[in-house]
Amino acid sequence: MEALRQVTGVAAPMMRINIDTDQIIPTFFLGGTDAKGYGAHLFHRWRFLEDGRPNGDFILNQPPYDRAQVLLADRNFGCGSSRERAPKALREFGFRAVIAPSFGGIFFNNCYRNGIVPVELPVEDVRSIVAEVEALSGHGEVTVDLDALTVTSPGGTRFTFTAPGNLRQMLLEGMDEIALTLGQGDAIDAFRERDRARRPWAYEVPAVGAIDKHGNLK
Amino acid sequence: MSRTFLDKVWNDHVIAKLGDDADLLQVDRLVLHELSGSQAVRALAEAGRKPMSRGQVFTVIEHLISTRPGRGPNDSASKSGPIMIETTRKASRDWGFHFIDYNDPRQGIAHVVAPELGIAFPGATLVCCDSHTSTVGGVGALAWGIGASEAEHVLATQALAQGRPKTMRVNFEGRLREGVYAKDMILALIGKIGAQGGIGYATEFAGSAIRALPIEGRLTICNMSIEFSCKYGFVPPDDSTIEFLAGREFSPKGAMWDAAVAYWRTLASDEGAAFDREVTVDCDRLEPQVTWGISPQQVLPIDGRVPDPSQAADSESRTLAEKALGYMKLEPGTALRGLPIDVAYIGSCTNARLSDLRVAAAVLKGRKVKAGVQAVCVPGSTPVKHAAEAEGLDRIFKEAGFEWHESACGFCGHIGDDRFADLRVVSTTNRNFESRQGPRTRTHLASPATVAASAIAGCIADARGDRE
Ligand code: SF4
Repeated sequence: MEALRQVTGVAAPMMRINIDTDQIIPTFFLGGTDAKGYGAHLFHRWRFLEDGRPNGDFILNQPPYDRAQVLLADRNFGCGSSRERAPKALREFGFRAVIAPSFGGIFFNNCYRNGIVPVELPVEDVRSIVAEVEALSGHGEVTVDLDALTVTSPGGTRFTFTAPGNLRQMLLEGMDEIALTLGQGDAIDAFRERDRARRPWAYEVPAVGAIDKHGNLK
Repeated sequence: MSRTFLDKVWNDHVIAKLGDDADLLQVDRLVLHELSGSQAVRALAEAGRKPMSRGQVFTVIEHLISTRPGRGPNDSASKSGPIMIETTRKASRDWGFHFIDYNDPRQGIAHVVAPELGIAFPGATLVCCDSHTSTVGGVGALAWGIGASEAEHVLATQALAQGRPKTMRVNFEGRLREGVYAKDMILALIGKIGAQGGIGYATEFAGSAIRALPIEGRLTICNMSIEFSCKYGFVPPDDSTIEFLAGREFSPKGAMWDAAVAYWRTLASDEGAAFDREVTVDCDRLEPQVTWGISPQQVLPIDGRVPDPSQAADSESRTLAEKALGYMKLEPGTALRGLPIDVAYIGSCTNARLSDLRVAAAVLKGRKVKAGVQAVCVPGSTPVKHAAEAEGLDRIFKEAGFEWHESACGFCGHIGDDRFADLRVVSTTNRNFESRQGPRTRTHLASPATVAASAIAGCIADARGDRE
């Protein structure tokens, strides 16, 4: 997994509530089983006109925001569909951090597994960072430090945030989460043995039903 | 100490504590489909890993497969559909998951199939790469949507690290009037607490109206938990749940059934258990609900008028309302009832079970869809479709002018068919997001009764008749 300790870069304000993952990347572009190839379609329906040309009015098409690494958003960012291509598309575009008052829960978890830190700050703090960014027409950098759990605005104001301990550690170290869990194999086996005695129906599933060539259950 | 349903189910699944804010949980059921499951199985194989407990993994082909009658094994409106279906099919067969292919008589939308087959059961932890996984909370499972990386983790370990959510109880009290349904209850709730009202919570649905609701209605309610940004929604098991699950293909049998029922009966929240938040919705006076905007919280009783953004309570809802009106091509003050529609859609994991089709058919019987309106029905599962056909519902739909499709996710999300582009759709689905059902498609969410009545009228209509 990709690691992240700290990012300093251009911050793009998109202060609208409930930006859902269908907007971040429309279902139409979820094709394929690849882990990559989604950044080109980030915010597709806002970023491009109907004829496919870039929409000049959309913030990520305007310099310096076109090389933004931090996204400033309003409440409930990443709500809706569970699609992990949403953080993948953000990451491929270049984002390493999203700062918002709150996040869709599935998206929040998905970010950590794709090299992005979702930072929760009170809405007044996000707005004050946006004001500083806009006063400099975007030419002021924002720093997100996952190690120190701080955000620093272009003017040097520092905000602190909290992050779930295990997810933070994973992202800081770029750890392979599956290997980590497999390291707990004994605990898992012991749990399953105990649980199986208590709830056998959760484990003993009737055999896979086969179907014949007409699609009928045998 | 009094404990909630969540406390009991969560605690019974904790394998290990991971620091202060997460637990490693045992996962009882992993459900995969070809849209995101294909990514998880490919990533697992590329990492050289193997599934840990294949008997606990179920795959259904349902997201991208075509709904066209006579469809083939890889038919899809999505360009990448065939490869995603094939990858998922092959991995599921090679690894020996329970596999339900496109032509299996048990096939359908995963969240419809899981309760129908008893894959979901009370007190189960069930995850799927889909945000509407909480649907099966309707049979008392603790179920939530996950990303593809999380699914890969579950495949490899049959466990998942999760932070424990806060608890909310929503009490739906009173008796629904004739012509008002589960969909109206959940839309009214979202209108009340907002599309972000459930962030960080697990919601228990309770109250007299929930107790009176058949399981299918509970599934509809739990389905839309994520529309108020709540990952988990459930109705703890009661007699209706147990009756519903008895004899299902994957339900326990014989002595194990008795043991399971005895355990399930212990799961309801204890009297006096405390919740972090409680909300009450009065169902006695509830009206059919229809959304007018681009977030499910932008909802009104069917007699409502589109709000005027300049009258909004704060700048945030004003901006949101302006965006919504612009996108939906609506003027402030327009009555929802009577708004002309182009498409009536009955389908999805929200509202395409047998009871939904029966309600719609009762409205459609002996009537015709308004000329110029496209009317489409995609049953929630193949068993639902077959049961509806056995009752003759398909004939009622077809004679009225509805298309009658094979089961899958269909036109709920836009995977490639532009058929609804630029059109106004009244839909039994769960998301009215911009372009959710097609490019610039304007979606109004409503119950099956409202959608059927609107198909006939050619405009948003009240199934209870014109009550001037
Ligand atoms: S029917 Fe719609 S909401 Fe339900 S799982 Fe399929 S695409 Fe998602």
